[in-house]
Amino acid sequence: MASLDDLKKRITSVKSTQKITKAMKMVAAAKLRRAQESAEKGRPYSEKMNNVILNLSNGISDKENAPKLLSGTGQEKTHLCVVMTSDRGLCGGFNSNIIKKAKSYFAKILDEGKELKIITVGSKGNDQLKRVYGDKIIENISFKESKNANYFDADKVGKMVIEKFEASEFDVCTIFYNQFKNVITQIPQAQQIIPLNNEGEESSSEESYEFEPDEDEILSNLLPKNISTQIFKAMLENSASEQGSRMSAMDNATRNAGEMVDKLTIEYNRSRQAAITKELIEIISGAESL
Amino acid sequence: MSEEFKVEIVNPEKSFLTKDDVSEVVVPAFEGEMGILKDHISIISFLKPGIIKILSKSGDENYYVEDGIVEFKNNNLSILTSTIFNLADMDKSKQQYLLKQAEEEANKTDINDQSKYLADQKVEVLKTLN
Repeated sequence: MASLDDLKKRITSVKSTQKITKAMKMVAAAKLRRAQESAEKGRPYSEKMNNVILNLSNGISDKENAPKLLSGTGQEKTHLCVVMTSDRGLCGGFNSNIIKKAKSYFAKILDEGKELKIITVGSKGNDQLKRVYGDKIIENISFKESKNANYFDADKVGKMVIEKFEASEFDVCTIFYNQFKNVITQIPQAQQIIPLNNEGEESSSEESYEFEPDEDEILSNLLPKNISTQIFKAMLENSASEQGSRMSAMDNATRNAGEMVDKLTIEYNRSRQAAITKELIEIISGAESL
Repeated sequence: MSEEFKVEIVNPEKSFLTKDDVSEVVVPAFEGEMGILKDHISIISFLKPGIIKILSKSGDENYYVEDGIVEFKNNNLSILTSTIFNLADMDKSKQQYLLKQAEEEANKTDINDQSKYLADQKVEVLKTLN
């Protein structure tokens, strides 16, 4: 049995851990509110963008000559996966969920004998993936300096993806991120952005548009922007998810620490009482023997 | 019948502006400036660097944009843009800064014709502002 001193030390150390997790939880809650807000504010843009592209691609007459970003390269040999994770840990299953999702996708691709290329966004994803898929990672980007997700960063990633696409380095591009549903639920998502997967979605209006200049030119201008927009959307969802996940993880940790303190305190009191009782018995039996 | 329609400007971060008493909007479309009035035919077009003029009952507003897409449908004008500034809020130093950036971009030699054209446009527009 641990001595009283040891128990006391453990109680203090658990208590200070609890203080840290509690503080982290509160910080995450504050950040979550902001991240959630910006995720919601960012939605109209990506929705509108999607709508316009939907209208455009429905209106396009010549499917054969459609821009490659929309219709694909005609083959599916090389897959590029953009795995978006956080730069910081201590956020529960946030990163592992994305990685798990991504890994099962990787395995599927490799099983089919296709080539795999990975871009990791965020250092945590890179740390976890480089052990197994180190040779597949072609690029690692991290936005540690930027406080909040901003469009400028997303645009950088988007431009890089497009550059690689134009250099025919891959045929299909998929992004992995966590979609924010609520504080306790984040759903890991795999979203294909090249070629654009619009099938099954019906355009909201049957109305025909006038285009100026023609559809092709607008599309070829719009599609690269859409890539950045989708990546930006993923970044926003991700940052909200990260904070939500961290908040609930830290909440749990705080509660667990509380339970542990209770348990240790009981043990401490018991052993203190045992020591007292033992002393008493010694005194009494000593007195009796006289 | 009123001659007003609704305009909405969104950038990636947020919904930048919504107004529903607009009588006319002039946008710098890629093939030249385009004025949009109520009951315009549905149109999709994209923007080059320039000034968006919004004329409404509650006052006229001017915005500087660098790129974007306009969609007009059912008397709803949506403008999607990643770079937009209200001219009223833009001071000289900001203008100078943007102008300098644009000039640097225009002077690069390793860019393709289209980005060169866009950069030149930026310089031109920003110069007229000063």
